[in-house]
Amino acid sequence: MRKLKLSTVLDHAVLIAGSLFMILPLLMLLQMTTVPDTEIIRTGPSLTIGDQLDDNFRKAMFEASGFSGENTGLSMLKNSMILGIGFAFGKIVLGMMAAYAIVYFRLRFATFAFWLIFTTLLLPLEVRILPSYEVVQWLGMLNTYQGLIIPLIASATATFFFRQFFRSVPEELVEAARIDGAGPVKFFIDILVPLSQTMIAAMFIIMFVYGWNQYLWPTMITTDEDMYTLVRGIKQIVQVLEGAVVPEFGRSNVLALVAVIPPVLVVVFFQSWFVKGLTESDK
Amino acid sequence: MKRAGFTTVSLPVLLLLPQLVIIAVFFYWPTVVALQSSFYLQDPFGFGSTFVGLQNYIDLFGSREYRRIASFTVVFSLLVTFFSLAIALVLAVKADKVLRGARTYRTLLMWVYAVAPPVAGFIAVIMFNQSWGPLTEFFGFFGHDYMVGVNFNDTAFSMILASVWKQVPVNFIFFLSGLQSIPRSVREAALIDNRSASGRFWDVTFPLLAPTGFFLLIINITYSLFDTFGIVDIVVKGEPGNNPMTLVYKVYVDGFRGNDLGGSSAQSVILMVLVLALTIFQFRLIDRRIHYT
Repeated sequence: MRKLKLSTVLDHAVLIAGSLFMILPLLMLLQMTTVPDTEIIRTGPSLTIGDQLDDNFRKAMFEASGFSGENTGLSMLKNSMILGIGFAFGKIVLGMMAAYAIVYFRLRFATFAFWLIFTTLLLPLEVRILPSYEVVQWLGMLNTYQGLIIPLIASATATFFFRQFFRSVPEELVEAARIDGAGPVKFFIDILVPLSQTMIAAMFIIMFVYGWNQYLWPTMITTDEDMYTLVRGIKQIVQVLEGAVVPEFGRSNVLALVAVIPPVLVVVFFQSWFVKGLTESDK
Repeated sequence: MKRAGFTTVSLPVLLLLPQLVIIAVFFYWPTVVALQSSFYLQDPFGFGSTFVGLQNYIDLFGSREYRRIASFTVVFSLLVTFFSLAIALVLAVKADKVLRGARTYRTLLMWVYAVAPPVAGFIAVIMFNQSWGPLTEFFGFFGHDYMVGVNFNDTAFSMILASVWKQVPVNFIFFLSGLQSIPRSVREAALIDNRSASGRFWDVTFPLLAPTGFFLLIINITYSLFDTFGIVDIVVKGEPGNNPMTLVYKVYVDGFRGNDLGGSSAQSVILMVLVLALTIFQFRLIDRRIHYT
């Protein structure tokens, strides 16, 4: 009995160590936002909690840090929201439409279309960086929301995910709908979409986080500071810190925290949906 | 396809069209351009280009720098994959076992999933700040003068640490869901047959988790090759210099900053082949995936 207790204590010790490994870096960022920058330069992160958070938050969110005076934290937050939501929404709509066409219609080239979508998995953005940029430039979409979102929203993952789900929907439903005289559009909107609610929610959470966290693409195609997202802005923050006489760690850490908090809250609050979506979509 | 599917032709075509158009314009077209320009030598000032055959590839494989970056990428990927899998497995096994606080631990161990890679890089930059970074001081305590951006190994270590930190939660989520899908009956049978906990783990739990592990192996290799871009970019602060970098970062530096279109395209094509190989490997694994339960 005593041995069992020891092993339980050990289990908790390991889990607490793991949890600290995960959370300490974030607490450190937070602590640094509460003390004056001059103190950080002298001592670095410490255990004292100061009263500068309000001040740093105001500077980060409402004062611009770049050259144009347009990239305040607030404007970056807005751009990140637009990217995250537009990205998730686009992927889900396109994925559902394609999956519906593939599963529910007698289409000769359905398999071919499926393979066309599938092969995009072989072409991550990172392997076609420059030509993708040139296409967007040629279409005049640099520094626009369309340019930021549209090239990213084709989604093999979402298409697979909904294809799997639609296949599991009982055959009788579509038969019954047809007997009742429902056409394909009505069946999709009135029956299939409401049935997919949980799946949509799970996908939305994953895709929102994924879109919000995009870095390479926004770095390439947004050069106007008022189009920066928070995650893209991190690079500028680091460069400004490097060049400054008194680096404003308070302000930059607030921005880093604002870049992290919305997706983290989404993941934590919708944990069970998120885990379900993640473990079922990637297999 | 469903047996009782609809027979309309125009509607499904319309439904597929947006996705296929985006794929054609933003996936296939750039890929064809990349393939094509990998056989050309671009004038740096944009005045035309000459066909050079395989010269770009020959140059790449002959370049010491490229070989150095390629071998660094291999080492980097192996270390990141190994440590993020190992740490996550230990944590998942423990989180599956404890009764008290299981939910709290789960949340604390998985929220980092939502942190963007460049933010992980930013945290590393602060932790390893030259004058007061907590981890710099930690290494200083052991007499090592830690210098990110100056010392090659130090920079590499910071990148690896940030990448592992960012990747542990994904693996944790998958391992935990794999563990929780092991039927109670199997666990109870194992409990009767084998009294040592570690024996039970290696003989029963570990083989049952193998399919999840193989799947995660590919996911992690892909992550360390591609998704660590943000971490690398922030840790080297956009100054590649003599710093360690991954193959993907090199494509970006040469193509986007150095304007070496041919060389960068040839590198892109090499990466495409790599992704292709990984994907084929992954699907062969899924085909052979063993299910004991």
